[in-house]
Amino acid sequence: MSATSHDAAPMPPKQETPFRRFVSEYSESPVAVASFVLVVLIVSIALLAPFISPQNPYDLAQLDIMDGRQPPGSKSLEGLTFWLGTDDQGRDMLSGIMYGLRISLGVGAGSAVIACVIGTALGLIAAFAGGKTDTGIMRLVDLQLSFPAILVALMILAFLGKGVMNVMLALVIVEWARFARTARSAALVEARREYMEAAQCLALPKWRLVFRHMLPNCMPPIIVIFTILVARSITLEATLSFLGLGVPITEPSLGLLIANGYQYMLSGKYWISFYPGIALLVTIMAINLVGDQMRDVLNPRLKR
Amino acid sequence: MTTWMLRRLIQAAFVMLVMTVIVFIGVNVIGDPVEILISPEADQAERARAVAALGLDKPLWEQYWRFLSGALQGDLGRSFVFNEPALKLIAQRMPATLELAITAVLLSVILGIPLGLYAGLRPNSIGGRAIMGASILGFSLPTFWVGLMLIMVFAVQLGWLPSTGRGPTRELFGVQWSFLTWDGLRHMAMPALNLALGNIALVLRLTRAGVRENLPMDYVKFARAKGISPNRVVFVHVLKNILIPIVTVVGLEIGGLIAFAVVTESVFAWPGMGKLIIDSINVLDRPVIVAYLMMIVLLFVVINLIVDLLYTVLDPRVRLETKE
Amino acid sequence: MSDTTLEVQGLSTHFLTRAGVVRAVEDISFSVGRGRVLGLVGESGSGKSVTGFSVIGLVDPPGQIVRGKILFQGRDLTKLDERELQDLRGNRIAMIFQDPMMTLNPVLRIDTQMIETVLAHDNVSREEARQRSRDALGMVGIPSPDERLVSYPHQFSGGMRQRVAIAIALLHRPDLIIADEPTTALDVTIQAQILAEVQKLAREVGTALIWITHDLSVIAGLADDIAVMYAGRIVESGSVAEVLDRPMHPYTHGLIGSVPSRNARGTRLRQIPGMTPSMLNLGPGCAFRARCARADAACAADPPQSAPSAGRTLRCFHPQLEMTA
Repeated sequence: MSATSHDAAPMPPKQETPFRRFVSEYSESPVAVASFVLVVLIVSIALLAPFISPQNPYDLAQLDIMDGRQPPGSKSLEGLTFWLGTDDQGRDMLSGIMYGLRISLGVGAGSAVIACVIGTALGLIAAFAGGKTDTGIMRLVDLQLSFPAILVALMILAFLGKGVMNVMLALVIVEWARFARTARSAALVEARREYMEAAQCLALPKWRLVFRHMLPNCMPPIIVIFTILVARSITLEATLSFLGLGVPITEPSLGLLIANGYQYMLSGKYWISFYPGIALLVTIMAINLVGDQMRDVLNPRLKR
Repeated sequence: MTTWMLRRLIQAAFVMLVMTVIVFIGVNVIGDPVEILISPEADQAERARAVAALGLDKPLWEQYWRFLSGALQGDLGRSFVFNEPALKLIAQRMPATLELAITAVLLSVILGIPLGLYAGLRPNSIGGRAIMGASILGFSLPTFWVGLMLIMVFAVQLGWLPSTGRGPTRELFGVQWSFLTWDGLRHMAMPALNLALGNIALVLRLTRAGVRENLPMDYVKFARAKGISPNRVVFVHVLKNILIPIVTVVGLEIGGLIAFAVVTESVFAWPGMGKLIIDSINVLDRPVIVAYLMMIVLLFVVINLIVDLLYTVLDPRVRLETKE
Repeated sequence: MSDTTLEVQGLSTHFLTRAGVVRAVEDISFSVGRGRVLGLVGESGSGKSVTGFSVIGLVDPPGQIVRGKILFQGRDLTKLDERELQDLRGNRIAMIFQDPMMTLNPVLRIDTQMIETVLAHDNVSREEARQRSRDALGMVGIPSPDERLVSYPHQFSGGMRQRVAIAIALLHRPDLIIADEPTTALDVTIQAQILAEVQKLAREVGTALIWITHDLSVIAGLADDIAVMYAGRIVESGSVAEVLDRPMHPYTHGLIGSVPSRNARGTRLRQIPGMTPSMLNLGPGCAFRARCARADAACAADPPQSAPSAGRTLRCFHPQLEMTA
């Protein structure tokens, strides 16, 4: 805040764009940088799973029931090493986890994107329309948020049954409200700024005002919320799948892998549940840490 | 005060009404009501008879009216699996869930407030930083995974605690409770801790934030200038100010705990209504699902009402405003 | 017991912040006698509040007393441990704060906040403590004290709250009261009432009073002695009559010149040019020299404390002896 800090910081030779400043401030925390690298790595693994996994866990021809429940490090009859052991079907856990990440990340990120689009649009509409529209949308948001996510998801899945699409729908319904609330409050702040007055004076069409001028400036808080909600979606999806209400057995996510191993855990065969759990944990923590750091950097109240 | 109460009651009733509509739409419009209300094993003739008996050939508003009047009389259908009134089933399982949720609330307050005070009073100490770091884990770790790890460590590896089930119970006020026997307590330890974890982190962070916010305030300095002991400054002056938001949040979280008990009960095979609802969803015992949803919404509305009341009792400033 | 209640010698209180050292209070000395009122005057940030907190031992980290003695009835407070200080606070030394809206705990009843103060220092029954609290409320002019005891702070006006704070300060009939701008946040009429009452109480009980303020007109009517602070130092001190009638330090001249009532109607109010210097890493030399018309090269060195006449002190190389018209 003090004048000295301004004088002390020499102007960087490169032109300072907001994005560059964001990157340099973000990089101040080594933990956050490591988390970001980890997230990139996890996403790559999920995307490249079919090419890098030791076996295709869904190809029954590759599985041998005789390899079932092998501890980590043991070798299959064909000489393949199961670094993380196998499950009851004789699937290589490492491959299972790689494919499971695809489902978990896909469902989590996919639902967050849809919720983000719907929620942000409704939030902007609420902020810009004001009056009854605003009250109506925000009442709905409040009602939605006063019930825990798990309950809402449970209710939807109880009505619709399981399946990837239904889980995603449930996650979207659970999450849109947070985006709406964030977008609305960001928009209300932006609406008072001078550039908005200037744009209004130019008599630009309203949709252009909102989506071309206001939306980009509302993005920082929405991006932060998005990151955190991706992590939350992945958690919730894993929880629902663990409860047997989420994705079907043909498309096992990390949560379902953990659930499958649960019954063997009491007999000491921990790896079937443990390693998918670690994968889930690392994913969630890494995304959360990235989100935390972005919030700290983008939050103007915390600016030094 | 009375008008305020009345307004809150009307609001609560309205939320309940909205929820009956949502559940009704969920059951009768989104889902196939014949599927939902009639046992999947019923044959064609039985189905036709049931459709007539349930009035499914009537217009939608009339069906809703029947559903609503039935619900008001405590009739939400019979379970296909247990062949008992769904509401009775829920009521039987409720004490186990409430017991777990209340223990979790106590745990989160008993552990969360002291840890938060410590972290708030010594923010730069190693202990304070460790507590804050651990609280992030408490927030972001999936409940079911923590539950599994607890079982793995304390039941499988160390063998200190029973892995699943409720253990022996004892009757009090006509209800069976686990906390009255030693073995019951041992059974409850892990599930309660598991359920409480997120809330411990929440209470801890709230407490710490409250301490950090209140300590620099003039009233704290004035209290110290009066020569009262540092303990009294922290535990009476500061804590009383912090408790108001904590009580509100903890109160509101009780509903969340009851909902999240679904996960914990499934992990630890705890025979509460959360486990019942998961089992019911898996076997499509829909009357129980409907009864559970109505019941939990009612619980939510009642809890929110109580928390609002408690808040006005606790905070003298609000109390005055509502009187006027 | 000597007649000097408090004698501060060469006190320095510094704040060791990450950005550098803030010498909030630097080498100040003053004393207050029984039943006397010392006015500590200065702009905000001049170190007057830190002086008050130093005396009562409530300087919060990163601030700390680095040098000097605070002799209270002959005992050096800087040598006492926390427990001994706690016994003195609220008991022999009391403090009244600036903003009455903030000093009382909003969620505790008045009786709780008063009784705990009595019980902290005297081994009496709760009933007696309540009795004494009630009497104290009566003493500061709060009507129907019994009713008021069971009220919460937000049910009082600002002036009433300050009276409650004063009543709490008076509970143990302290030998020293430090009042940190206690009337600044109040209406002028209530200010006058409270001033009069505090002055009366100080005289009757024999309490020594340090009245911290930026308002010279308050000091003129209330204090016996005055110490003018600028940038952590006492630049001039003496009896109120002497200092206000014949100020010597250019800063004191400036302060007096900016009081409206001292100027003839229709003339422009004078203001001191420039701004208070940043206290962070303040270098040597007279801190006022940048704003002072009389400053020259000599002022780059620290002006030593001189005693131009009996009972007066001054830190200035170029005292201004004539009044500016």
